Amino acid sequence: MNKTKSPPPMHPISAMDFLPPQRLREVQFMRLKAMVQRAYDRVPLFRQRMDERKLTPADLKTLDDIVKLPFTTKTDLRDTYPFGLFASPLSEVARFHASSGTTGKPIVVAYTKEDLDDWTRAMMRSFAACGVRNGDIVQNAYGYGLFTGGLGAHYGAEGIGASVIPISGGNTDRQIMIMKDFGVTVICCTPSYFLHIIDRATELQVDLKELPLRIGVFGAEPWTENMRQRIEAESGIKAYDIYGLSEIVGPGVAMECEHQAGPHIFEDMFYPEIIDPQTLEVLPDGAEGELVLTTLCKRAMPMIRYRTRDITSLDPEPCECGRTIRRIRRIGRRSDDMLIIRGVNLYPSQIEAAILRVEGTLPHYQIIVDRQKDLDVLEVQVEVTSEVFSDTVGAIEQLQQRLSRSIEGVTGLRAAVRLVAPKTLQRSEGKAKRVIDKRKL
Amino acid sequence: MKLNQISVFLENRPGALSAPCRILAEAGINIQTFALADTREFGILRLMVRDWQKAKEVLEKNGYVVKVTEVLALAVPDRPGGLAEVLEVIERANVNVEYTYAFTGKHKGQGLLVFRFSDPDAAVKALMAGKVNVLSAEEMANEVWK
Repeated sequence: MNKTKSPPPMHPISAMDFLPPQRLREVQFMRLKAMVQRAYDRVPLFRQRMDERKLTPADLKTLDDIVKLPFTTKTDLRDTYPFGLFASPLSEVARFHASSGTTGKPIVVAYTKEDLDDWTRAMMRSFAACGVRNGDIVQNAYGYGLFTGGLGAHYGAEGIGASVIPISGGNTDRQIMIMKDFGVTVICCTPSYFLHIIDRATELQVDLKELPLRIGVFGAEPWTENMRQRIEAESGIKAYDIYGLSEIVGPGVAMECEHQAGPHIFEDMFYPEIIDPQTLEVLPDGAEGELVLTTLCKRAMPMIRYRTRDITSLDPEPCECGRTIRRIRRIGRRSDDMLIIRGVNLYPSQIEAAILRVEGTLPHYQIIVDRQKDLDVLEVQVEVTSEVFSDTVGAIEQLQQRLSRSIEGVTGLRAAVRLVAPKTLQRSEGKAKRVIDKRKL
Repeated sequence: MKLNQISVFLENRPGALSAPCRILAEAGINIQTFALADTREFGILRLMVRDWQKAKEVLEKNGYVVKVTEVLALAVPDRPGGLAEVLEVIERANVNVEYTYAFTGKHKGQGLLVFRFSDPDAAVKALMAGKVNVLSAEEMANEVWK
């Protein structure tokens, strides 16, 4: 099947991607002032931090003054769980989403009706940027539910005029059947899941290159140029990188255009800075550091200088597409210990909390992440202690099951729990090595 | 009547069984009998030794997780139906057999089995009443572990 096509006419939703830089800065500053005022008036933690710095919203004289504002971290979200950072009363909250926190409790985010519309617009701009348009059939294999991926992509694809199949994740054979039978043209999922779909399709003797499928919108986990090349060579589609995080909005913070030269940040909505994670100083464009994002339009939950922990750089070079909004380099690593397993965020401390809940005390444990047949597999090895050791097989298997269930309860991830003999797990310089990530990214 | 058995957690991999045996050997401890419960990932080595305290101590010193469990040693008539009769006594007392394994030798012409019961005390009572020969620690020491 011929997959070449004439470039589509620009969708009107993309207009903001092409603002003259000066005008873009004006829009950003205007929105920033209003949002800081809103947070200052309505979020006690933010006001307290402004007071400590003897700052008021009036001290924001130019866009560059943003560096005076305090950072927000994931810890702040945890400490104010569940609703402490909301700037809207619950009566105005239209939807909640949640993602993994660093311990047993999730991070809760909220949206007003207007926030949901803004998010949909950001996702429409994302789809438009990579050429998705009216007439496309979008198979949305991101998980629907508390995870932002499913509903975020869903409304964006509907908004752009595509026909959406809300298939959610899993059941690969059915994914492939529907992809084939419905004439799907766009797939949304994690890149590793799509690699799995490719392998399964080969086993089922379905040639993806023969299908109308032409675009993949891949995100929710770090991936590499090698993975892109493999996906494109083996499936005949174009693979695009989408970036986002629930704390800011969900997917649709940044998205690659058809030139596939790094995701463009929708800067009029999400203001990016790059900082040195140690000194917290702002770094110039081009320098590698931690991405810090400020929401410029969020009502229910404004995020000011949120430390994403994602390591990247801002590329100010004009893109061939003509967009004036800057690009970020593909995210390859993080400045904290968060792992992304099958698109789900995982902190080692969550595993710790889950084990502690079962055993009462904390034994040595190790998290082993691997990628088998392009799917992430999670194994947790736990050293057996005399407190939990029982001399029947049934009791030990029950312990394994309880650990497994607890981990799934806390993290949402299924893990193989393996009990190992005491003092067998690797310790370096007396300190336990908690994570072994064997995935080659 | 109750005897102490020691159980050791082992991973299911080559060498996992020989290492604790070697440790016991070096401490001069003879394994009277043993059983290995195994799964794909781990095993539980159950041991009957004369000096269980010493065995526990040397194994723990070498980093093993050891559990002491109360078991009974029963002399079972070595003829068809011998075991069934003993088990019927236990069944009537509503006690569950968690596992059992055999001694290699015989005791006065009878088979000798190790039993782990869900309720060892209730088992002793039922077995005594049922006239089953439950060996005491002294009998074990003097007549079995010679």
